[in-house]
Amino acid sequence: MKRVEITDRAAEIVKQLKAKHGDLIFHQSGGCCDGSAPMIFEKDDMYLDESDIFLGEVEGVNFYMNQDQFEYWKHTHLTVDITEGRGASFSLEIPLGLRFLIHSRLLTKEEDAFFNMKA
Amino acid sequence: MSYSKPKFKEKYSNFINGKFVPPVGGDYFENTSPVDGTLIAKYPRSQKEDVDNAVDAANAAKDAWGNTSAAERAALLSKVADIIEENLEEFAVVETCDNGKPIRETLNADIPLSVDHWRYFAACIRAEEGSATELDQNTLSMNIKEPLGVIGQIIPWNFPLLMLSWKLPPALATGNCVVLKPAEQTPSSATLLMEKIADVFPPGVLNIVHGFGPEAGKPLASSPNVDKVAFTGETTTGQLIMQYASKNLNPVTMELGGKSPNVFFNSVMDEDDAYLDKAIEGAVLFAFNQGEVCTCPSRILVQEDIYDAFMERVVARTEAIVQTSPYDVNSMVGAQASNDQYEKIQSYFKIGKEEGAKVLTGGEAHKQDGDLAGGYYIKPTILEGHNKMRVFQEEIFGPVVCVTKFKDEAEAIEIANDTLYGLGAGVWTRDAHQLYQIPRAIKAGRVWVNCYHAYPAHAPFGGYKKSGFGRENHLMMMSHYRQTKNMLISYDKNKLGFF
Repeated sequence: MKRVEITDRAAEIVKQLKAKHGDLIFHQSGGCCDGSAPMIFEKDDMYLDESDIFLGEVEGVNFYMNQDQFEYWKHTHLTVDITEGRGASFSLEIPLGLRFLIHSRLLTKEEDAFFNMKA
Repeated sequence: MSYSKPKFKEKYSNFINGKFVPPVGGDYFENTSPVDGTLIAKYPRSQKEDVDNAVDAANAAKDAWGNTSAAERAALLSKVADIIEENLEEFAVVETCDNGKPIRETLNADIPLSVDHWRYFAACIRAEEGSATELDQNTLSMNIKEPLGVIGQIIPWNFPLLMLSWKLPPALATGNCVVLKPAEQTPSSATLLMEKIADVFPPGVLNIVHGFGPEAGKPLASSPNVDKVAFTGETTTGQLIMQYASKNLNPVTMELGGKSPNVFFNSVMDEDDAYLDKAIEGAVLFAFNQGEVCTCPSRILVQEDIYDAFMERVVARTEAIVQTSPYDVNSMVGAQASNDQYEKIQSYFKIGKEEGAKVLTGGEAHKQDGDLAGGYYIKPTILEGHNKMRVFQEEIFGPVVCVTKFKDEAEAIEIANDTLYGLGAGVWTRDAHQLYQIPRAIKAGRVWVNCYHAYPAHAPFGGYKKSGFGRENHLMMMSHYRQTKNMLISYDKNKLGFF
């Protein structure tokens, strides 16, 4: 069972970016302008600690979200997708004229029990 | 009356050291208009080398500029204000074309407010003084304000010229040189401004570098030759910029958005008068600028005993919104700034509905005909639900508001503060006690009381919590761009006697 998945076309872009930049991470942003969207960076570009929750791996890339934000997201399942667009953040796909975005749905009862009712 | 798409050149340059220079690598990107999806022009796809050239030019200019008199700098700021004002219509049409916002807003808000911010800081720097204190009979402490040096500024696309005009004047007025990167979605008005004011400042004082965040924004934010970075945007990029700043031990200011509550107490409906009419408009202001405002009043909280009657009026007013061509002076809501924003907003409609939010109006894209078919239009939307839903917690950055009800003051405050952010808030009431007590209890940097979405230069603006820190506007902003030089002077002829 996975909390976060990725569409084929988005996985294709992740592969391209990995070939160019090496190991990568996704970090879900909040806030205005280009926020509320996942951002992809070189693995060591962003300092992560226990306040960044690991949600899973998509196309070999770890997906993180800040703990405070996770509290409001943890009942939902995420799918990373890609669309044409132009963000103003430092996310590495932007020069390709593309933007990652998140599609969400509610976790099923089974998924919710699996992820959120442990211990 | 209606305007049309303005004429642009085929391509534009960066503005570095007083000249328009093409990007070193020779690469450009295509900038399109969200109004109809058509090409505007090509802009430089700058890289680190271009940013470094701009930072070098700013460093070369900073000593001379930092030693100019306040009178001299104020005169130049005023000149910029006059030039924007003289070309107000031209700037307004370019801004509408590049951002998608209705011409009604650019003519009456974006551009006139920009003018005023330049004028305000021209005035502040003349009126301001340092301080001196006699610590004892023979010791004087004198505080002289000195510029930081070179400032890197990264601005967003929602109010391109206005955000530029929030950031540049206080930095320049205080004697700093600046390298500014406009958002890649909206490079046009900054470029038009440089064309109009190319000769106003000495070379190197003001530099504009275009390009993408990872290629041009990151080198600017992490440059060891920049003395401060000011950023408006979202939390992850904000966090990255703070990391880079920590390497250089540089100060930063951050404006990172919000999920602002707009709270309506039952007394608003005590009378059916001009004030109630104003309050209803205040609720509908969520649709202002297509909701692409950091302080968008994107959560409406209504006291339960007036909920049905009040929301009936709010829905009716929302449904009366005219959404035609952004170039039409009657259009009230324009296009979202880019395709990815357009898609993101629609993905929130989906999760909102799944979580059980009820669509009171809108909830879908607004398809336009003819030339506008390629634009990114969303119907102003009201979702009814509860504050734990994701649509109540995340910045959607579209003309979308989430509404819920509260019982009493305590619950209103609890819901208002149940958010990661704290940028703006609105409080609407006829009760004199609530007018003061509720705004004090809301953890946000700006609380509008019986109004919303006013941004005068003379009032400080900035966030609590994850909305960032530091303030913009107001003369206190100048302290964000300066060092304090303390001169501690002894007038005592006698030695200490230690050695």
